[in-house]
Order: sequence, then structure tokens, then C-alpha cells
Amino acid sequence: MVNQNHFFFEHYGLTQPDLERYLAAALSAGGEYADLYFEYLSSTSLMVDESMVKSASQGISAGCGIRVVAGERTGYAYTDDLSPARILQAARTAALIASGPAKTPVVGFQDKQARSLYPVTLPSVDAEITAKVDLLMRSDASARAYDARIKEVRASYADELRNILVIGSDGTFAEDSQPLARMNVSCIAKTEKNSARGSSGGGGRVALDFFFGEKTPEHFAKEAARQAILQLDAREAPAGEMEVVLGPGWPGVLLHEAVGHGLEADFNRKKTSAFAGLVGRRVASDKCTIVDNGTMPWRRGSLNVDDEGQPTQETVLIENGILKGYLSDKLSSKLMGIADTGNGRRESYEHIPMPRMTNTYMLPGNDDPQDIIRSVKHGIYAVNFGGGQVDITNGKFVFSASEAYMIEDGQVTFPIKGATLIGNGPDVLTRVSMVGNDLKLDEGVGTCGKDGQAVPVGVGIPTIKIDSLTVGGTARKEVGGFMQ
Amino acid sequence: MPTTVETQNPKQDTDLKDLAQDVVARAMAGGATTAEAVVREGDEFSTVVRLGQVETLKEAGSKSIGVRVFYGQRAASTYSSDFSRDAIDRMVKSALELAKITSEDPFGGIPEADQLGSIKGDLDLYHKDVYSLPGEERINYARRAEKAALDADPRIKNSEGGSFDAATGRKVLANSHGFVGEYRRSYCSVSAVPIAQDDAGNMQRDYWFSVSRNLAKLDAPEQVGKIAAQRTLRRLGARKVKTAKVPIVFDPMVANSILEHIFEGVNGDAVYRGASFLAGKLGEKIAGANVTIIDDGTMVGGFGSSPFDGEGVPTRRTVVVENGVLKSYILNTYTAKKLGLKTTGNASRGLAGTPGIGPGNYFLQPGTKTPQQIIGEIQEGLYVTEFLGHGANLVTGDYSRGASGLWISGGQLAYPVEEITVAGNLKELFFNISEIGTDLEFRGSVASPTIRVDGLMVGGE
Repeated sequence: MVNQNHFFFEHYGLTQPDLERYLAAALSAGGEYADLYFEYLSSTSLMVDESMVKSASQGISAGCGIRVVAGERTGYAYTDDLSPARILQAARTAALIASGPAKTPVVGFQDKQARSLYPVTLPSVDAEITAKVDLLMRSDASARAYDARIKEVRASYADELRNILVIGSDGTFAEDSQPLARMNVSCIAKTEKNSARGSSGGGGRVALDFFFGEKTPEHFAKEAARQAILQLDAREAPAGEMEVVLGPGWPGVLLHEAVGHGLEADFNRKKTSAFAGLVGRRVASDKCTIVDNGTMPWRRGSLNVDDEGQPTQETVLIENGILKGYLSDKLSSKLMGIADTGNGRRESYEHIPMPRMTNTYMLPGNDDPQDIIRSVKHGIYAVNFGGGQVDITNGKFVFSASEAYMIEDGQVTFPIKGATLIGNGPDVLTRVSMVGNDLKLDEGVGTCGKDGQAVPVGVGIPTIKIDSLTVGGTARKEVGGFMQ
Repeated sequence: MPTTVETQNPKQDTDLKDLAQDVVARAMAGGATTAEAVVREGDEFSTVVRLGQVETLKEAGSKSIGVRVFYGQRAASTYSSDFSRDAIDRMVKSALELAKITSEDPFGGIPEADQLGSIKGDLDLYHKDVYSLPGEERINYARRAEKAALDADPRIKNSEGGSFDAATGRKVLANSHGFVGEYRRSYCSVSAVPIAQDDAGNMQRDYWFSVSRNLAKLDAPEQVGKIAAQRTLRRLGARKVKTAKVPIVFDPMVANSILEHIFEGVNGDAVYRGASFLAGKLGEKIAGANVTIIDDGTMVGGFGSSPFDGEGVPTRRTVVVENGVLKSYILNTYTAKKLGLKTTGNASRGLAGTPGIGPGNYFLQPGTKTPQQIIGEIQEGLYVTEFLGHGANLVTGDYSRGASGLWISGGQLAYPVEEITVAGNLKELFFNISEIGTDLEFRGSVASPTIRVDGLMVGGE
């Protein structure tokens, strides 16, 4: 018996017999497994532009998604009307994926939640709203004060509280309240000659006080302004293969694109990933150990339980260069006979869960970051990125540098314009020859898209050196005085 | 198998309009000086068949309501998926509260009454036939598309599946100037994503799809599967090429993303902030004389058509670029006021927040050469069929993206290439469109024929 003093029981008058009835309807045409995902999401967003609070919005969306699994088949239906009649109707719709005699769900649910990785603040938004506005006005002032060439500043704040309840026909019962907050500052620097942009942001599963203590609006504002000013003088980026040093933190987006997606279990179950069948094989240099960890306190990609009610965990993907395993959800774990790693996630009640990353990073090595830069003859040092993308089937991935510098004869020389880096996932990490001792996680800005579903994620990496990677700039590189 | 019964209940139409007007009235009664409400309702069906077996089947309907209120020049917005009287009362009350903390913005407000309206005539946006197929037939659409791809060649050994999707949506907008409008749109699509493998075990994936507002006009699934297989097979054995500056031909699927950069660059929001390489260029040459770009929200049956925009302003046809000269920015009410211009009827309204700017049917006027002629004139060059990543900086115009496609040698498509980049600057790129194809076809609200661009850097070995 579960405690009935829970969010959905209180707000929607749900009872345990109701839940059993919905699951029975979901399994009324057979099917091996069914689950219900109740979601109640309240969100706020604010924007300051031209030093004015131009936009403020709040909203609530709630609904229930019902999934029925029969072999490799998934039936799914959802409703945003949480009345018993509509939930039953959705359950019966999803049920039709199966065709067979009705199954009976397990009676009696097991509450799985054991952890508390983040603070939970009730959405008493009104009391805090002026404090949030104040944060944005502070960042606006700070960015403008950074340099007279900063002409446009836009600062935004968005937070949400997502209450979920997951009920499975195997007895799964999991409830969670998941906060998520993020602040962003973008600037444009202008001179008579040219313009440039810079942006910065961060947050996590944190309460408002995070932005007063840990990461202040001034921190993000100065960073955005610094990047914009720096880019005013950036020169053409080089084109072609060369040595690439990645700085610590957000450049970990390399791992997310190059290996993370390719190691999601669904792609490997279907053998559509370039990594299919490579477990136990070398896919990186022995300096590389890469993990996905959903249990880091307050991080953007962390969760007490995933969206199938399974507790998250730390999963070793690559250990000393050897591929160890995949990121799995319930369906792939059952069909592949592998452990459920607690990576079943979904964007909302309207979506079917699938294997997704949480916080993905490389463990630190022994090299001094300065030594890594000194070891490079001709290459680039990339410290900030926009996003990336991967074709998991042929393994090709890109990630776009937004702040990078040339390295010549071991010295960082001048800033270069943004450029896309492109490589091949299954072998790019075999060319990692140095790994720094300075592991850093990103500031909390990542959103990952897969199959049209967006979920918040984290990435991290120490300073690393890749011996050869293609840089997509516009300048030909000069070799021995000849144009190549 | 589930089937959907589309019930055409005229009373419900009235209810949604009444609801939107009621929300506006409640906001005004609560002290708002102006108010605007939007109601959206939709149904979706989707199925994926993989290796002949149904993999997913999804079916649902949803609705939501949003309100935007003004106290003088202060704005705020709220939304809800719960249509109960209590929930809607809370939504209106929160919006009125929230507006107290925003700033007086001299340019804020909904459109003036004389700007509001709906274009006349039937835009042919809604066909109930998208839901007319019985459940098993819909699944067969997906199955037939995938089967055609799998049967096309023994090297097609795997698949991410065939799919069939259908959706309908209704949108109602009402505001305190008395505007109330409504339209419905339908959509269906069939696609296939085959995977080919060569003797060395290397895999390639590609896709093809057909999309329509009208099931009767959807391409046959077999046709979709066959093209998907051809597109996938031609990628097998792809290699890297040397870093070089060569002519590049972009197929329509990637050319339209280049065209979108002009849209982003003339978007009023980027223009008034000076966050665009095209800001302040009205009346100036921004592209070669062969470039004419139109945005037209009034095309019958168009994917980007609607009778009015997200603020209740009638849609229209706007010449954006004419023979290389920038003729118009793309604007909503707010950005038009900021720039001292008139809205172009391009407001896009989500449930919450300030209206953004979106395209009607936005396209590059076709030229006179076929894609084959354009490729045939190139000795050594690159034909790009796919981009990877998003490397465009609208402020500086710097452009760098991952790409794959086919190498052109002696006027022929010679061999597939991958793991390369294409880079340049958008300020120059649009002057260097040396050829425009005849092959304009809408597969969404943005469309371009094949184009040839000179002067870009290909990054490889």
C-alpha cells in the first residue's frame, strides 16, 4: 500500500483501486507490460530586453500517458483530461497494440524512490517573481557595464516544477518532484566596423537561491559580454585536419555526440548504431573512461528516478578505452537481456520513453592542461561550443565551436571565428593522446533532442588533446610555405 | 486495431470561439486594458513499422488555452491545459497579476482594430480524409513504404522503419478589439528510413517522405520507399575529400536551410536589435540579381498558409528580395512598431510569451536550369545532400556546417563523400548563388530549388 498523501492523490483524487483499474484496462487485450505516467508541470519564464521586463509568462500543463508493451510493439495514448472516463478510454486505445486474452497487473505497488538529489520548492511563484526579475535586471546592468561596446543585452530566466507519478503493471510505483531552473544572458557587441555575439547561461535542478550564491547573474553576464568582445577581433578559422585541444566543461558535448547517442540501447538492439556489436572492443585510447551519471546532486541531467520509475545510476560506458555497455530503458533491457540502467526518459506525458543520457562525462587523467597546450605544434584550442549533432548509423558527428583560439608552437596565439568540427564517433577517441586533471561539468545549459523529444542533460570533460580532427573553417592552412 | 472517428460537431466550434471570447471578457472585467486569447485543439496518430512488424502505435488528442493581457503597455501571458472553470479563472487571474511586474514598453500592445481580419476564400487547409483510413490501412501505408525500401536492393539490410502520421488541429484567436477567428488544418505523411550496408560492414542511412494536407494527394508509399532506398544506397562507400575551394550544388532539402538564414536575417526581432547581418540593408543589394525571395501566407493548400496570423492580422504575399535587392523585412506588430514600419502579418503565437515571427510559404523563385544541367556544368565540385549541425552565426554571417553528399567530377555525380565541412560567410554566399534550378517543390513552409554556390571552402583531409 502506498502513501496516499501524494501530489496526484491529493490534486486529482486518484486512489489505488483507480490505478489498478486503469492498468487492467491497458492490459485488457493482452500485452506484457503497461505503465501510466502522470505529469503536472508548472512553469514560469521571464525576459529582460533593452533593460525592460518585456515578457512574463506562466502556465500549467497536466496529463497522463499510457503505454502498453507487447513484445517489441508499443501502444501509446495520452489524455490531458485526468477524469477516470478519459484515462480509461486512453488505456483501452493503447491496449489495442496487443491481441490476446487480458492480463492481470501485479497487485500492490512498491514505492521505489529512495533518494533526494535536488531541493523541491513549491510553485509559490508569486512570492519569488520579483526576486527573479531582480536577477535579470542585475545581469543586464552587469553586461552593459562590462564594456561600452556591449550594445544589446537580453537576459532570460525560466523555471519549472514537474510532478510525476509512474505506475507499472510490474508493481512499479514512483513519484518525484523535479525542479529545473535556468538563466541565460546574450549580448551583442558593436563597433563601427563589425558586430559579434556572446552568450552564457546555467542552472540545474536548483532553487532560486542558487543564483544568489553559486552562480550569480553577474557571473553569466560577464561571461556573455567577454565572449562578444573577444569575437570582435576573431580571425578566420582554419580548414582541414589538425590537432585539437578541447577545454574543460561544455566541450564535453563531444562525448554526447561522438559516443553517447551511439551507445543508447535502442539503436544497438536494432543494430542501427555504428557501435552495435562493439562491447568489449577498443573504441577509445586507454586514457579515456566515460560515464553517464544520473545521480549527481542538483545537476541538470540528474533524476531521482527516470520516467519509467527506475532509480538512476552511474553507468560506465567506456573504461580505459574499452566499450563496456549501453544506456538502457525497460524495453531494451528486457529485449536485450541487459540491466536497466535507469535511462528511460521522455519529454512529457505525450511521449513514449526511450533510452537517453543524463550527465555524460570523461573522468580526469594525469596531464597538466598547460602541458597539453604546449605539446601542440599547429592546431586549435576550443573552449566553448554551441550544439552538435550525430548520424548514429555512420557515426559521423559535428559540434560547433563558438570560442576557439589558434595554437602555434605550443602557444595560444589569437581568437578564431566559430567553426564546426567533424569526426567519426567510433574512432575519434582513439586519437585522444592526453587527458587533463581538470574535469569540469558544464554550467547547466544542455538540452538534447532525439526523435523530436527534448530532455535536459549535462556534459563534462577535462582538457583533452585529439591528435587529428577536421576543422571546418575558411582559411587554408599553410604547410612548409606552400598552400595545401 | 484502433480507429479514430472524426466527429464533426459544429456546436464544438462555437464552444471554442465562445470560450476564447469569454476569456477575453473575463480579463477585461479583471482590469486589463486589452486582452487576447488563443485556443488550440488537435489530434494525432502515428505508427512506425519496422522490419514488417508494428513497432509503435500512438493516438491521442489534446487541447490548450492561453491568454495575453495588457495593463496599458505592460504585458503578461499564461496558459493551461485544464479547461475547467476554476483552472481558467486561475489562468486569467495569474496573467493580470503577472502583468504588474513587467515594464511599460512604449511599443507593446495588440494590433490596432483596423489591422485585424481574415483573408477571404477557402485556403483548402483541412481535409478530413487524413483520418479516413481504417487502422489497419494506416499501418499498411507505413509497412508498404518500408517494404519498398527493403525490397529495392539486397544491400538494404536493416531499417529504422516506415511510418505514417496524421494530424488535425484547430486554432481560435480572439481579442478585445472584437476580433475572433478560427481555422482548421490537416496533415498526413508517409516516410521510410532504410539502412544499407556494404561488404565491409559500413552502414549508411537516409530517408524520404511525402507530406500533404490531403491523403488523396500523398505519394504512393512504394514511391517513397523506393526513393529512400536510392538516397541511402548512393551513400555507401563514402569517403573524405581534400580540403579545397570548389563549386557546391545544394539539393533542395539542404538549399532550403540556407534560404532560412535570409529569413532569420530579415526577421524583425533580429533587425531591431542589430543582431543580423541584414539589419539596416532595406533597399540595398544583399544577393545576386538572379535571387528573388517571396513569403506568401495566402497560397491555397500551402503548408505555411493561414487566414490570419498569430495576432489576428490577415496574411499576405510579401516580396522579401527582388532581383537581389532587400525589399521587406518580415514583421509582427511589435517589431514593425520598433522599426517604424507596418506588420507583414507574420506573427507566430505560441500559447505563452510575446508573439514571435514565422514564415508563411517562404521560397526562392525557381530559375531555368534543371539540376542535371547545373551539375553537368561542373568539372570538380561537391553536391551536398545533407547537413549535420547548425553552424550559422546571424550576427557576423559566419557559416560552417558538417555535410555529406556526392563528389562531382566531369559533370557527373562520381562518388559519395562524408565527414566534411562547408564554410563561408552568408554576406557573400547570397551574391555567389550562380545557378538556381527549376525544381521548386513545397515539402513544408520553406522551399528552395537546387542552387549552385561558388566560393565556399570544403574542409576535409
